[in-house]
Amino acid sequence: MNHLLEFLLRQGDNALVLGQRMSEWCGHGPALEEDIALANTALDLIGQTQLWLGYAAEVEGAGRDANDLAFMRDAYDFRNLLMLEVPNADFGRTLMRQFLFDAFQVPWLQALTDSADPRVAEIAAKSVKEAMYHLDRSTSTVIALGDGTAESNGFMQRALDYLWPYAAEVFAEDATDFAMAEVGVAPLPSSLRGQWKKTLQATLQEAHLTMPEGEFAHKGGRIGVRHTEHLGHLLATMQVLPRSYPDASW
Amino acid sequence: MTIANSISEEQVWDWLEGVPDPEIPVISVVDLGVIRAVSVDSDAVEIKITPTYSGCPAMSIISLDIQAALAKVGVTNLTLKTQISPPWTTDWLSEKGKAQLKEYGIAPPQPSGGPESCPHCESRHVEKVSQFGSTPCKALWRCSDCLEPFDYFKCI
Repeated sequence: MNHLLEFLLRQGDNALVLGQRMSEWCGHGPALEEDIALANTALDLIGQTQLWLGYAAEVEGAGRDANDLAFMRDAYDFRNLLMLEVPNADFGRTLMRQFLFDAFQVPWLQALTDSADPRVAEIAAKSVKEAMYHLDRSTSTVIALGDGTAESNGFMQRALDYLWPYAAEVFAEDATDFAMAEVGVAPLPSSLRGQWKKTLQATLQEAHLTMPEGEFAHKGGRIGVRHTEHLGHLLATMQVLPRSYPDASW
Repeated sequence: MTIANSISEEQVWDWLEGVPDPEIPVISVVDLGVIRAVSVDSDAVEIKITPTYSGCPAMSIISLDIQAALAKVGVTNLTLKTQISPPWTTDWLSEKGKAQLKEYGIAPPQPSGGPESCPHCESRHVEKVSQFGSTPCKALWRCSDCLEPFDYFKCI
């Protein structure tokens, strides 16, 4: 197995699948400002996807490009976290997921700026600025809604309870993680778990939300052995145009 | 129009000064800070461009506009390269560019993270409406005195 390729697909697929989920809100946001914010976040993530998958395609060396990887792979080829592919449901769950992801992604990308692979370090340095902005916003929205009305608090607590069994998948390490740590491309995700949990505790406390107990995490997304039923539907929507008209250009 | 086979780098920078940002046409791509390097080797021109935000859709338009502008003055041997490191920062906006933004009604970026004053009436009583705005590089603010909404160029 080409561990670097595997690693890059995980980074790119996380950004792509979450970006696609966020873009589903375009035109449906609860207020115009929120609609714009969700679409902007999606745009940043799709931009980051182009960088990660562009490099992945080069490493693969099979004559494919970032678009081929995004549009011509099937669900079992994807390496994203399961949490990112589950449906948006409501605004509360969308923002809670964004927060749980951003809280990991910011220290993760910060660590990757020191990667032994200069391309990884460059992409991380570019992406981390955007991720910090996302974290700032998802944190303040989680607090505003958690510390809002009884109704909004209920939405956020239910969102957290629903997402919790998915949230820690990123810490389920495998041979690729160990290989990347060995050569200094990336730290072990588990080395950031303490920091992640601290960010969560501080924010959830301020939001009057209760962090669920338990360390159980659904696994399979980032290693590609088991996705939820939702990923296929997401890909069907995302990929239909380039698959139906493979040579289309505009 | 044909040009002498010796183009200077200064000349290319001058030409680029005439290429406006497609979304914010009051400032040039040079004042936006996205042109990172220009090199000339006889008639071959190479320009390094850095994206503002990784997904900014204006970047492909900027490349097209640069190609068109330089083709007009006879530069055909042009290579555009994307460079993402070091990442773009609003520190690279020129002072002239910041002044032009303000003139246009967009509050320029401030290290404090928010606009200094309303670009319309200069009031310092301003409030954030949304952390995001009409393009990836802007946020939406409002003046509590003249009540006008305005764009703020995000500081990154």
